[in-house]
Amino acid sequence: MLLAIDLALIIEKLVLIIIVVMASLGIAMYTTFAERKVAAILQDRRGPNRAGPFGLLQPLADGVKLFFKEEIIPNFSSKFLFILGPSLAMLTAIMTGAVVPWGDKVHFFGRDISLQIADVNVGILYVFAVVSLGVYGIMIGSWASNNKFSLMGGLRAASQIISYELAMGLSLIALLMVTGTLSLKDMVLQQHSEGWHFRWNIIYQPLGFLIFLICAFAECNRTPFDLPEAENELIGGYHTEYSSMKLGFYLFSEYINMFISSVIMSTLFFGGYDIPFLNEANLSVNIAALLGILALMAKVCFFLFLFMWVRWTIPRFRYDQLMNLGWRVLIPLALVNMLVTGGLILLKQNHWHF
Amino acid sequence: MSITEILFWFLTALALGSAIMVITAKSPVHSVLALIVTFFAISGHYILLNAQFLAIVNIIVYAGAIMVLFLFVVMLMNLNAGSEPQKNRVLQFAGLISGGCLFLVMITALMKSDVVDKTVQMNDGDHGLINNLGKELFKNYLVPFEISSVLFLSAMIGAVVIGKKEKIEK
Repeated sequence: MLLAIDLALIIEKLVLIIIVVMASLGIAMYTTFAERKVAAILQDRRGPNRAGPFGLLQPLADGVKLFFKEEIIPNFSSKFLFILGPSLAMLTAIMTGAVVPWGDKVHFFGRDISLQIADVNVGILYVFAVVSLGVYGIMIGSWASNNKFSLMGGLRAASQIISYELAMGLSLIALLMVTGTLSLKDMVLQQHSEGWHFRWNIIYQPLGFLIFLICAFAECNRTPFDLPEAENELIGGYHTEYSSMKLGFYLFSEYINMFISSVIMSTLFFGGYDIPFLNEANLSVNIAALLGILALMAKVCFFLFLFMWVRWTIPRFRYDQLMNLGWRVLIPLALVNMLVTGGLILLKQNHWHF
Repeated sequence: MSITEILFWFLTALALGSAIMVITAKSPVHSVLALIVTFFAISGHYILLNAQFLAIVNIIVYAGAIMVLFLFVVMLMNLNAGSEPQKNRVLQFAGLISGGCLFLVMITALMKSDVVDKTVQMNDGDHGLINNLGKELFKNYLVPFEISSVLFLSAMIGAVVIGKKEKIEK
């Protein structure tokens, strides 16, 4: 039987799913806070500091504000699709967490519990599938708004995401040639350092990582690629007509996307939950898992900071510059990277003889 | 009923129901969305057959890329139910007959085959997993695979040629 499932497994996975979803929401919540603080520091301001100590309750206050705002659904728009848009954006943002290995495993109640919801052997392709579905939330929402500016924002977002997905996929193919697996868990295990031998994929694929990073910025609609919500051209972009928590969902899904892409980047190129030069086998299982999760979160925090740093440093691209960068620079670069990687792998198999 | 059977019937109902939605929906945008749901249901069937790679690729390529372009076109054309041209009776009648013929042929073909008495045929093999699929493709079916990739390349070049701006004569 393919689907023989026991009850304990269901409960275990359910708990894990709830934890992962809640954690992504919580982290995204505090990313909004961190973004405002980082922006303030970069611009020599104080940032939010009124709600709670150091302004730590600010995200809660923001959430409450959004919930109590008046909810407006424009006339002449399809109500069902108008609500479906932000819901889809949120759904696709959260779904990616299912294949990420958050840690090795913990030992509770006499069971080894893997800290990964689903170890599917097409893990990275699953991530891609979900990312490519992320367009729908924006497109449906923008079309259902029945507003030309919203539609323009949605079209920009969709064409941008489709264009950068190509370069992203090509940069990943080179990585997959190095690792030889699609499962994220196997990738992390391969990157575990043995003694003083440091094996993170960033060493083998620096160019691939750079391309992936740029594409991740574009996929998340972050500055310098936030053309879909360019205020001075498009009012508010695809969420012009949205108010209340539906707007909140769009903004929030962006932060979840940022979090998830940071996780994916750490997993693919920076060893996931691996702590360099530390042999996890010497520690007890639970301690190792805890340290692993902390290591992953440290890497994620670095990438989140990078996202913010770039946002408040680099101005927005023009739309033709964006398309040129995607199609004329990144895709050829990714192809060259793929070719060189393939050549080097063949050479290595031949023991470095031509 | 086992979980597999429940899933099978659920996915089948979803696939057929949304496929009917595609042709009955008033607004073209709704029918595109229904088509996306159909692709998802079919991907679910692939997963039941333990063909994970095919399932994911189906989602990436069809639901994630092709349908986005469909949606693009439909949204920009601003099609409404009212602007749809009325088809004449003869055409409708001809469509009905030819569609019915196809249906009849398919039903008879299915009746003759030996899968009639099996509700859910589970494939426990692992041919659909990416390792085996890759080996199969690059060992036994290398030439057809390469030929089809050339076909894709020519389609891409064709698209570029068509999409290229013509130089303005001075």
